[in-house]
Formats: sequence, C-alpha cells, structure tokens
Amino acid sequence: MTLERRNNPFDSDMARRVRLDGIRKAALDTGRNRLLVTGVMFVLAFAVISGRLIDITILEQGSEPRVAQSEGVTGSTAARADIVDRNGMVLATSLPTASLYADPFDVLDAAEAAAKLNRLFPELAPEGLVERLTSKSHFVWIKRNLTPDQQYEVNRLGIPGLYFQRGERRTYPHGRLAAHVLGLTDVDGRGIAGVEKSMDRVLRAGEAVRLSIDLRVQSLFEEELAKGIRDFSAIGGAGVIMDVRSGELVAMVSLPDFDPNHPATMVADTGFNRTTKGVYEMGSTFKLFTAAMALDSGKVGLEGGYDATHPIQVSRFTITDYHGKRRWLSVREILVYSSNIGAAKMALDVGTERQKDYLKRLGLLEAAAVEVPEIASPLVPAQWREINTMTVAFGHGIAVSPIQMTAGVAALVNGGFRFEPTVLMHEPSLMPAGTRVLSEKTSQRMRALMRLVVVAGTGKNADVPGYLVGGKTGTAEKQVNGRYQGNKLFSSFVGAFPIDAPRYVILAALDEPKPNAQSMGYATGGWVAAPVVSRVVARMAPLVGIEPVTEQREREAMAPVQAVYRVEGARAAR
Amino acid sequence: MTAFARTDTSVLGRWWWTVDRWALAAVIILAAIGAVMTLAASPPVAIRIGLEPFHFVRRQLVFLPLAVAVATMVSLLGPKGIRRLALIGFVAALVATAAVPVLGTEVKGAVRWIQLGAFSVQPSEFLKPTFIVVAAWMFAERRLDDRFPGNLIATLLFLLVCGLLLLQPDVGMTVVVAIVWGVQFFLAGLPLVLVGLIAVVFVGGAVGAYMSFAHVQYRVDRFLDPEAKEGYQVEKALQAFQNGGLFGRGPGEGQVKSQLPDAHADFIFAVAGEEFGLLICVVIVALFAFIVLRGFARVYQESDLFVMLAASGLLVMFGLQALINMASTVHLMPPKGMTLPFISYGGSSTLALALGIGMVLALTRGRPGQRSWPQ
Repeated sequence: MTLERRNNPFDSDMARRVRLDGIRKAALDTGRNRLLVTGVMFVLAFAVISGRLIDITILEQGSEPRVAQSEGVTGSTAARADIVDRNGMVLATSLPTASLYADPFDVLDAAEAAAKLNRLFPELAPEGLVERLTSKSHFVWIKRNLTPDQQYEVNRLGIPGLYFQRGERRTYPHGRLAAHVLGLTDVDGRGIAGVEKSMDRVLRAGEAVRLSIDLRVQSLFEEELAKGIRDFSAIGGAGVIMDVRSGELVAMVSLPDFDPNHPATMVADTGFNRTTKGVYEMGSTFKLFTAAMALDSGKVGLEGGYDATHPIQVSRFTITDYHGKRRWLSVREILVYSSNIGAAKMALDVGTERQKDYLKRLGLLEAAAVEVPEIASPLVPAQWREINTMTVAFGHGIAVSPIQMTAGVAALVNGGFRFEPTVLMHEPSLMPAGTRVLSEKTSQRMRALMRLVVVAGTGKNADVPGYLVGGKTGTAEKQVNGRYQGNKLFSSFVGAFPIDAPRYVILAALDEPKPNAQSMGYATGGWVAAPVVSRVVARMAPLVGIEPVTEQREREAMAPVQAVYRVEGARAAR
Repeated sequence: MTAFARTDTSVLGRWWWTVDRWALAAVIILAAIGAVMTLAASPPVAIRIGLEPFHFVRRQLVFLPLAVAVATMVSLLGPKGIRRLALIGFVAALVATAAVPVLGTEVKGAVRWIQLGAFSVQPSEFLKPTFIVVAAWMFAERRLDDRFPGNLIATLLFLLVCGLLLLQPDVGMTVVVAIVWGVQFFLAGLPLVLVGLIAVVFVGGAVGAYMSFAHVQYRVDRFLDPEAKEGYQVEKALQAFQNGGLFGRGPGEGQVKSQLPDAHADFIFAVAGEEFGLLICVVIVALFAFIVLRGFARVYQESDLFVMLAASGLLVMFGLQALINMASTVHLMPPKGMTLPFISYGGSSTLALALGIGMVLALTRGRPGQRSWPQ
C-alpha cells in the first residue's frame, strides 16, 4: 500500500535499503535542525505575546485609563479650563468626579437596591428609584457627582448593576465671591451664565481665562457693600471698580448674590446682575457729564455760572433743588450743592444735539460691551425734547447700568479717553488705546470739581485721609409703574482716586436704602453710598500699591481748589 | 496513574502507556478553561443577539467533551491509520468546501457554513488538518524517493486549498495554511534558495490580499495608521486587559463582554484578561506553548519523516492559530478573525482542532523503533 514498498528494478534490494537509510538519515537530520529553528521562533512568539500582555496590563496601569478616553458623556475629552483672577487665583476649576448610574438589566432586586440607596441618599425617594431601576433601558442616572466617601459607601452596599461614570464637576473654591462675573455651568458642563457662558468655547477648548478681577478687592468690596445694605436695610446693591487706564474691571459686585456651587441658590433676584443687567436713573451723578460737556464745548468756564434762584417750570414739570441756595451759582457750586436747576440750565446751554453726542461718545446710550451675557440696554428718551435735555442733565429720564456709569466717569478723569469696560485681563503688551472724548484740560477741571464735592459738598463721607478721593453723589427716586416713589431710592456715589492722578473709578450704589439715625434720617447717596466707597478705598489702596499722601501734601494738592472755593463762598456772601 | 497495568496489551492499555499524557492533560486543561470562559463571555453576546443567555454555553459544553473524545479516539490510531483517516477526510472536506458556495449559508459576509440539521458545519475547518497530513505524506515520499512527484502534488493541493479558502473568503485561514505548508516544505529539506523564494511569494501574496480584499485593506490600514483610533473591538480589548490587572475583576465582573460583538469567539482572550487577570492569560499562553514545544520535542526524536512532517505541521497550525488570535487581541497585528483553540466558542473549529490534536497525539505515541537519536 505505501509507496516505499515499490520495487526499483535497477537497484538490488540490499543496495536500495542502504541508500534509503542514508537518505532517511540525512532527511531526518535536516528536519531536526530546521525543527529547532521553528521551535525557537515559536518560543520567541509566545514570549512576545506574554511580554505584550504584561505591557498592556501592568505597565499601562499608571497612565490615564483608556475608558476615560472613549466614554466621555459630553463628548469632549479635555477638561474644562480654569477661570483665574488677575493674580492667578483660581475662581473656577473642574474636579474629576464619579457619577452613579445603573443598568436596570443587571439589577437583581430593585426594591432592595432602592431601599439601600435611599438610606445613603435620603433625598432620593425609594418610589422614584424603583421606577428608574426597573426601566427598560441600559442606562439610568442615579446621582451625579459623588464624593469619594459616597462612592466608597455605594461600593460597600454591593448592589449589582450600579456603575460609576467618570466625569468632572465645576467647582468654585471661593463660593459666592464674584458669582455674577463667573456665572455657572449646567450639569453637563455647559456655561449658562456669566463668563462661563460668554467664554464657553474657550474654556471647553481647555484654555484658561484670566479675569481682570482682583479677588482681594472683589472680596472686600462685597463685604463693605453688604455692610452698607445691612446698615440701611437696602434690598440690594451694586459696586464697580474700573482701572481708568485700560477699562479693566477690578471688581464687579452685585448683591444679593448666589453660590455657583449650588445652582439652586440662583433664583430671580440673586441671579440678577445689578451692575450690567440693571439699568437705573442715576440722579445727580449725571451732573458730572453735564458739567464736563459744558466745559469741554466752551459754553461756560469754571468761573461762569447760572441763576438758580427760581425753580424751572416746563409744562407740567417743575425742576427744583434739593439743597436749594436760591441764588446765582457757579459751575463749582452747582456740583458741590448738586443743583438741578443749574445743571438743567447748563444742559440747555450745551444744546440737545451736542448733549446726545457727548453721552453717546461716553458710552451711555448703548449697552456696554462687557464679556458677560447678562447685559441690558440703557433706557433713553424716545423723543429727545428740551425737557428731556434738562432732566437728563441731572440724571432723570435716562436709565443706565452701573457699568456704563463707571466707564463714563473714567473717561472724565483719565485725561479724556473712553475705554470699553472688560472683565478680561489685557495682555500688558496689548493695552488698548482708548478713544478721546474730552480734552485733557476738561478732564483736569473735572478732577478738581470732583475733589471739591468730596471736600466741601455732598460727598464728604467718601473722603479717606491721605487718598484724595473725588466724586459725586447721586440719589434718584425709583419709578414703579411709571410713577416716582418718594420712599424708594437708588442712592449712589461714583468717584475716582487718587484724584490728582486717578488710577481707579469706583461706584457704589444701594437699592432702596432706608434712612436711619446713623444717617441723620437721610438715605441719599452721600449718606449711604459714600461711606461704602470710603471704606473700600481705605482697604484696597494698600493692596493695589497706592501710598497715602501726607497731610501736608494733601493740603498742597487741594490748595487751589479750596482757595477757589473760599473766593466763591465770599462772593456768594456778598 | 495505574489505571492500566504495564502488562495490559489491550488497545487502551497500550494507548495509555504510549500516548503523550502530559500533552493530553494540557489539552484537557485548555478545554476546561475554555468551558469557564464561554460561561463568562457568551451570555451577554447571546442576550444581545436575542438568544437565551446560555445558548452558547449549552452548545459549547457539548462540543468540548465531544472534542476531547474525538482527540482521544483519533489518538488511538497508528501512523498508517492517521494517513488513511486524513486522506479520506481531506477528500470529503475538499468536496464539501467546494460545495459551500452553492449549498452554504452566509454568516457575517462570508459563506463558510453548510447547514446539517440543527448544526451548521464549516467544512473548511476540517480541510486544514487533513490537508496538512496529506501534504506531509507527499513531502516525505518525495524526500525518500526523488522520482515521486510529491512536492508537485503537495503544491498543487496547496493551491487548490488556498483557492477554496479565498473563495469563502477566509484570508486568515489561507495565511495559516500557507505558513504551515511553507514550514513543512522547509522541514522536508527545501533548498534554502527556494525557502527565500517562497518567502518572497508569501509577501507578494500578502500584498495581493491587501490590494484585492477591501476588508483586509481596511483592517491593515487601521492597524498601521498611528493616528487612527484602534478599531472599536481592539480598543475595548485593550481596556479589558488594563481593567483586569494582575488578578482580574473577578468572574462576571467584566464589562468588555457586553460591548464586544465577538466576545465569545475572536476576543475571548480579552474577557479572560478582564475577569481572571494577567495570570490566567499567561497560564493560557504557557499551555499553548507547552503543547507546541512538547510536541516538537517528541517529534525531534522521531525516526519516521512522514510522522515528523505531519506532527510538526499540525502543531504549527495549532500554535499559529493561537498566536494569531492572541496577537490581534493584544493589538500586535491587525484583527484576523481567528478563534483561540479550545477557548473560543465554535463547534466546527473546536472539533477540527480536536481532530488535529488527536492526530498529533497519535503520531507522537511511542512506537518500537521510533527513537533514532542523531549520532
């Protein structure tokens, strides 16, 4: 049957057997040698497989788990970037967390699992849990963002079918601080308010955002504003500090506020950003703009003035003075005594068109372009008649946001340049140029006038020895359903310091402050808002490196102002 | 180990004292591990495709004892019996494989199965071991008598088998058969010049497969491109190993099996890694290495060229199939669609492998005059 038995007629049987033996031996030798080669190759191959197994099992343990790369819920793998303040302090950051979910198909006893989970998380009702744990799906959320402790406890329950999804949670280490600037994110990590929303794409791309906010200043302003609100039982308050040379907002406070770590604390009132979303009739602080445009257009000089003896009667309106002197008042006196009549006459001198033009260039007729989504447009007269020109002159019949107000005043004191307000820190090499809106000379005169208001006028309470604060008070009755309410005020102070070479503009406002004995029964800007500014300046100046001047130097700096004031006081007495 | 007396001369008695019991033990351990792995890996797959959870388990628990029985029974034969069995089996498998394109059913884009009652049979699986034995026979005859055109016959049969496998198409199996055929030719004393030439032809064939089969091209491209994410299955498999660590997550605790369509078949090694850890994986690798290398060691002492070529060919096929499956699971090569012998689910492949291992056991049994040490 087998082939080797075939006979070869040419070979003798013996010779053939010998030859065959030789061939077989040679063939087997070759086969053995080559089998060794094959065997060695197999050994190598099995060794490589084992090595690779050890490589992917053990050696990759330290690296980021592969699961996280391919199973992100939101699709983005990069962590949401931090938001930091101008000094690099972390205001918002993302922490890795575990979220608990279930695969109901793997849950053996839903009722028991629900009971156990309810003991761990009392806020999860057992009925709702049972419903979720028995649903016909392979994925139901149980609870998001567990602490490591909770994760451990869940594991200890030993319930089959519960799993953890790695995710990240947005955390705000400073809680309520600068909450309105930061805003917050929803459960899926999307920005839904504040910088979190406006810079959402940048943050998602993993690029940190550096704010112009100085956390220390923000913090102390929030404290002092809160104290002001407490002292005068106000319903809220707003505070802004702006760097006059760049438009950078160093502090932006709106009270009441919320804790972005607990989104439930953000309700209608606490979520409302009074500095950007709120527009208010500012009252007398607007007289600064009126004076500036009158001086800048050359309609009147510092020595010039207007007769404020009689109230102005326009159709059914009467314009009167709060601190009435009933005589001719110089431009200085109009500001120091905050005369509505004087301001109205000054505005008439400037003219309606020019008034609108100046206000527009000062950014008061359009919404501020600051980088938070919560921005309101100002309310301006639909038809700008003469009466509007007069009321706008003292801040009525026009409503602007505190941010607009601050940016406008900055242009008055910084030499006449308007900067767009911003919550983002500028690169030192990319400082904006600003647009000129007033002459340097006008700006200089405005600084002197603002100091005068603090030294001798309604803003005395804003003064801080050594820091040369200048500014203007404002008190406006709030309109409710189109009627002014005498007992509902919006009282503010806007100032700049140090007024001889301003670095910062600061605005503080209280919403519906109530008078008390401490304020001699007043709830005006000079009594309720100016003290807030005074305390904030006193605390922030050392932090931002502004040295106090000596009394001697202070007197020297203000000598011209006081001299002029004395002269006018004498003239008035005549 | 005294089931049979040394003096027992019955068929079983002689078998017991001549068979490679260590290799047989290794095969049985592999089959036992395979049973556990099917238990771990296949229920989620069964549920996903709408079968009752233990569908695959039930079937594999029939196949595995059957496989051990087949291997044992085949190992009772002598070399001549093996030769006859292989020849008959080869002709039958050849006819059946050729008939598959006409009679077969399509599964996952390939026509490989013939429905036989409740079971579907993949004839090409049985083509491989029988072809290897037939080829060994031809090579051996040619080596001992150069007037016999054994090499030519083996080569023609090889081309025929390749053609049939590519028709299905089963590129992975074609590669395995080609390598085994090459190794046998090499062992049979092919001049080294021709060895080089055949290597060149294989590389050409690989390039040809890449050019002409879209799914091959896709898999290779995905493997070579470092930018491309690894294929979904491979990515999941690597996660599984990492997830498992040294000791594994524990039986039933794995995730990968619920995410991989082929968890019970091509990627069962990953399930083993996740649930039972690195150690069991190394044990599995060691068992395969043990079977192959121990077989080689016994073959090394062999005095019959046919036995040497046939047994080494079968061992190479067995080892290669395990290596390719494990290598693609751990992402050392593009996925090939190959089962892990005795561990993966699969009736035809398990039984065909049992046939192959049974033939190895039969061929490596101790025989009078078997040993001939090189002098």
